[in-house]
Amino acid sequence: MKSFIPREVESLWTLFTAPIVWAVHFVVCYGAVAVYCAKTAMLGFEFSTMRIILGGFTVVALGMIVLAAYLAWRQWGFGSGDPPHDEATRQDRALFQGFATLLLSGLSFVAVVYVAIPLIFIAECQR
Amino acid sequence: MMVELGNFTPEERAAQEERLRKAWKTPGGWRYWTSVNNSEIGLWYGVTAFAFMLFAGLLGLLMRVQLSVPNNDFISADLYNQAFTLHGTVMMFLFAVPIFEAVAIFLLPSMLGARELPFPRLSAFGFWSFLLGGVFVCGSIFFNAAPNAGWFMYPPLATDKEYAGIGADIWLLGLSFIEVASIAAAVEIIVGIMKCRAPGMRINMMPMFAWYLLIVAGMILFAFPPLIAGDILFEMERMFDWPFFDASRGGDPLLWQHLFWIFGHPEVYIIFLPAIALMAMIVPTFSQRPIVGYSWIVLAAVGTGFLSFGLWVHHMFTTGLPQISLAFFSAASEAVAIPTGVQIFVFIATMLAGRVIFSVPMLFGAGGIIIFVIGGLTGVMVALAPFDWQAHDTYFVVAHLHYVLIGGMFFPIVAGIYYYFPFVTGKKLSDAWGKVSFWLMFTGFNVAFFPMHFSGLRGMPRRVFTYPEDIGWDWFNLISTVGAFIFAAGVATFVIDIFRPKPKPKERNLNPWNSGTLEWTNDPSEDWGMRSVPIISSRYPLWDQPNLQADIEAGRYYLPDAKSGKRETLVTSVLDAEPIQCLRVGGSSYVTIIAALALGGVFIALTYHWWIPTIISAIITFIAILWWLWNGTGPIPESAEVDVGLGQTLPVYVSGPASVGWWAMFITMVGDGTAFASLIFGYFFYWTVHDDFTAGASGPGEPWPMVALVLFVIAWLLTIVARQLNEKGVVGCRIALVAGIGVTFAACLAGVAGPYLHGMDPTSNVYPAIVWIIAIWTVTHGAVGIVMQAYCLARSFAGRMTAQYDQDIRNVALYWHFMAFTAVVTFAVIGLFPMVSA
Repeated sequence: MKSFIPREVESLWTLFTAPIVWAVHFVVCYGAVAVYCAKTAMLGFEFSTMRIILGGFTVVALGMIVLAAYLAWRQWGFGSGDPPHDEATRQDRALFQGFATLLLSGLSFVAVVYVAIPLIFIAECQR
Repeated sequence: MMVELGNFTPEERAAQEERLRKAWKTPGGWRYWTSVNNSEIGLWYGVTAFAFMLFAGLLGLLMRVQLSVPNNDFISADLYNQAFTLHGTVMMFLFAVPIFEAVAIFLLPSMLGARELPFPRLSAFGFWSFLLGGVFVCGSIFFNAAPNAGWFMYPPLATDKEYAGIGADIWLLGLSFIEVASIAAAVEIIVGIMKCRAPGMRINMMPMFAWYLLIVAGMILFAFPPLIAGDILFEMERMFDWPFFDASRGGDPLLWQHLFWIFGHPEVYIIFLPAIALMAMIVPTFSQRPIVGYSWIVLAAVGTGFLSFGLWVHHMFTTGLPQISLAFFSAASEAVAIPTGVQIFVFIATMLAGRVIFSVPMLFGAGGIIIFVIGGLTGVMVALAPFDWQAHDTYFVVAHLHYVLIGGMFFPIVAGIYYYFPFVTGKKLSDAWGKVSFWLMFTGFNVAFFPMHFSGLRGMPRRVFTYPEDIGWDWFNLISTVGAFIFAAGVATFVIDIFRPKPKPKERNLNPWNSGTLEWTNDPSEDWGMRSVPIISSRYPLWDQPNLQADIEAGRYYLPDAKSGKRETLVTSVLDAEPIQCLRVGGSSYVTIIAALALGGVFIALTYHWWIPTIISAIITFIAILWWLWNGTGPIPESAEVDVGLGQTLPVYVSGPASVGWWAMFITMVGDGTAFASLIFGYFFYWTVHDDFTAGASGPGEPWPMVALVLFVIAWLLTIVARQLNEKGVVGCRIALVAGIGVTFAACLAGVAGPYLHGMDPTSNVYPAIVWIIAIWTVTHGAVGIVMQAYCLARSFAGRMTAQYDQDIRNVALYWHFMAFTAVVTFAVIGLFPMVSA
C-alpha cells in the first residue's frame, strides 16, 4: 500500500508549516465570526452552528499540526540524537531542521488551542 | 567540504590586496557620499537614526517639563500635541526600525562572511530616502506644522482639515516614503541571509542574529504594506475627499485602526526581535560559551514572528467589536508570551551554564531584560480585555509601552553599541563612563516610568497637556519628570563617551571581547570586509576553527583577489551554503542619491499639492531608476565563469530562481501582494459594516471587469511565451513582447472602463471609492507591467538580453505571475461580488 505520508523534502519552507496552519486557523476563526456577527440575518443560522463548524475546523488544524510534527519528528530521526546539532554536516543540518520544526509544531498546537478556547466559553457575538 | 587552502607568497598577497583595495575603495572628498559600501551606509544610517532618537528624546523631555506640575503653561496645548505625536512617530519610524536596518546592513555581511549584501545600491537608496523623509517629518515642528493627532493618526480627528492641518499629510507622505526604505531593507536582508553566507555556513550554523533578522525582514513584508494601503486610502480622503473613513458617506474610521494595527503590532516585534538578536550575540560572548538552546531560539523567533500578527485587535478592545472577536485576540496575545518567555530563559540558561563577565554590554543587556520582563507582565495584564477596558488610553499603557520598548529595544541597542564599537572604530568605549551611564539610565528610567502605572490606574489619560491639582496625580508626575531627566543624563553620558577623543589602542586587537563569531575577523581599517571568504564549520568559528583569522588574512580562502577590478562576493545555496555563484555588486554611484531625492520630491510636492513639481519629480525618479537598472543590473560578463580560488570556478551570471534578482522580485511582490490584500480586506470590511454596501450606487457592471480580467490573463500568457521563445531566439520573443504591451494597454483601459462608464463618483460614497481605488491599483500595476515588457524589448534590441543571459525576462515573467493574480482577484471581486452579495 502506498503511504499517504509525504516523502522527506529538502526545503527551508517546511519549518513554517505549523505556524502557517496556526495563521490560517486564526484568520478563518476571526473572519468567520466577524462576518457572522455582521451578517447574522443574511446567514440565517445559529451561533452554535458556527461554533461547531469552527470547532471542527480546529480539529482539522490540530490534525495538520500533528502531521507536521510527525514529519518533523521523522526528520529529527525520531529523537535518536540530542541537540545542539551544530556539526558541519548535511545530516546535522537536517536534524536541526527537524527539531526546530517539531518545537514550532508544539507551540502552534498550543496557540491553536488558545485561540479555540473562546469558542467554548462564549456562546454569542456579544456586541 | 575538503579543499586545499590557497598559498601565496608575500608579493602575491600584496598584489591581491592592492587590487582588492582598489575595487572596494571608498571615494574621497565630497564623492564620499556616493559610496554604497555597507560599512558606510550602515554607519550613516545608524548615526542618522540615533540623531533622530535624540531629537525625539528632547521632545519627550519637553512633555515631561510641561507635566511636572498641575496647570502648567510651559508649552501650549497645540505644541504639546505636536510634541507627543512627533515623539512617538520619530521613535518608532525614524529610530527603532531604521536603527535595526542600520545594524543589519553594517553587521550582516561580516557575520555571514560575505563582502557585501547583494544590493548595495538599494541600501544606499533606502538610506537617502530615510534621511530625506525623516528630516521632512522632523523639520515640520519648527514651522508649527507637525502632525498633531497622535502617532497612530486616528480619523476622524486626523482627517479633519480644520484640526490636523498639513501635519497629517506630512506624516502620511513622509512616512510612506520611509516605508519604501524599510521594504527595500527587507529585500536586501532576506536575500543576503538566504544566499550570501560563507561556504559551509549551513542553516544550523547561522549566527543567531541572522535568524532573527531573517524573521524580522519577513515580518516587514507582511506588516508594512497594510500601512501603505492605509496611507493611500487616508491620503485619498485628505487630498481628494474620497470618504474611506467618513461615516456620513459609508466610510468607517475603524478600517484605519485595523490597517494601522495590522502594521502596528507586528511592528513592536519588528523592533524587539533585532534588539534581542543583539543580546543573542552578546550573551554567549560574555558567558564564554555557545548559546544554550539554539533551536529554541529559532522556535522563539519564528513563533513570535507569526503570533505577533494575531494581536492587532488588542489595541482596539474598546471599539465595540463583538466580544468573541476580542477573545481570539486576547488568546493570541497571551500565547505570544510563550515564545517570548523561551527567549528570556535561553539567555538565563546560557549565563548559568557559562561564567558571566559583567561588562558594560552585559549590564545594559541584563538591565534591559529586567525592564522588558516588567513590561511584558503588564502586557499580559492589558491583553485581558476586561482589564484593558479600565486601563485603555491611560498612563498605565504609557508605562507599559515604554517598559517594553526601552527595556526590549533601547537598552539592548545601547548594549550592542558598546559591544560593537570596537568593530566599527577599532577602539573601545570607556567601562567607567559606561557604568555611570547605565546606572543613570536604569535608575532614571524606573523613576520616570514606574509611577506612570499608578497615575494611570488613578485615571490619568494619556496625551493630556495638563491636569488640575489635587486629584492624586501631582506627585507621580513630578517624580516621573525627575526620573526622565536622570535618564536623559545617562543618555548624555553615553553620547559624550561616543564622541570623546579616545587614544589609539597600543596593539592591534580585532577581537577585544574574545567573541566567537565571524564578524570579529574583519579589520575596520580596510573597506573589503572579508579579506578572503572563509569556509565555516562551527557556529562560533573563531573559538573552534584554529588559524581562521590568519588564514582569512593570508587570503587562503575564496575570492582572495579582485582580478576583474569589480566588487565580488560569493552566493551560496540556501540550506547547505555550497558556493554557486560569484556575484558582482554595484559600486559607488550618484544614481541612488538622485533617485531618492527625486522620489522625495514627489512625496514632498504632493504634501503641498504642487502638482507640476510632483510630475516633474516623478519623471526624474522614473528616468533615474531606469538608468540605474539599465546600466547597473545584469551586465553580460566578459566570461561565463571566473576563478574564485581554491581551484574552483563559478558562474558570474545566473538567472531565474537561482539568482538574487529573482528573489528580490519575488520578495518585493509578496509585500506588494500584501498591500493589495489589505485593499481587498477594505472592500469586504465595508461590505460587513453595511446592510447594502453599495448604498444603491451603480457598480462597475460585469462586462468590463470580465474583459479586463481576460485581457490581463492573455497579457500574462504572452509574457510567459516571450520568456520561453527567448530561449530559442530573439524574434519570437520580441513579437510576443510587442503583443503583450498592446494587450496590457487594452487591459488597463478595460480595467477603468467599468467604473468610468457607469459614472461611479468616488466622492459620493465609500463603495465607488473602494472600487475605484482597487481598479486604479491594478491598472497602475498594469502600467508598470508595460514598462517592464518594453524594458525587456529594449534590452533584447540592445543585445543586453540574450537566450543565455535572460535575467530580465525571467524577473519580468515573475512580476507578471503576481500581476495576473492581482488582476483576476480585482476584477472578479469588483465585477462579480455585488451579484453574489445581492
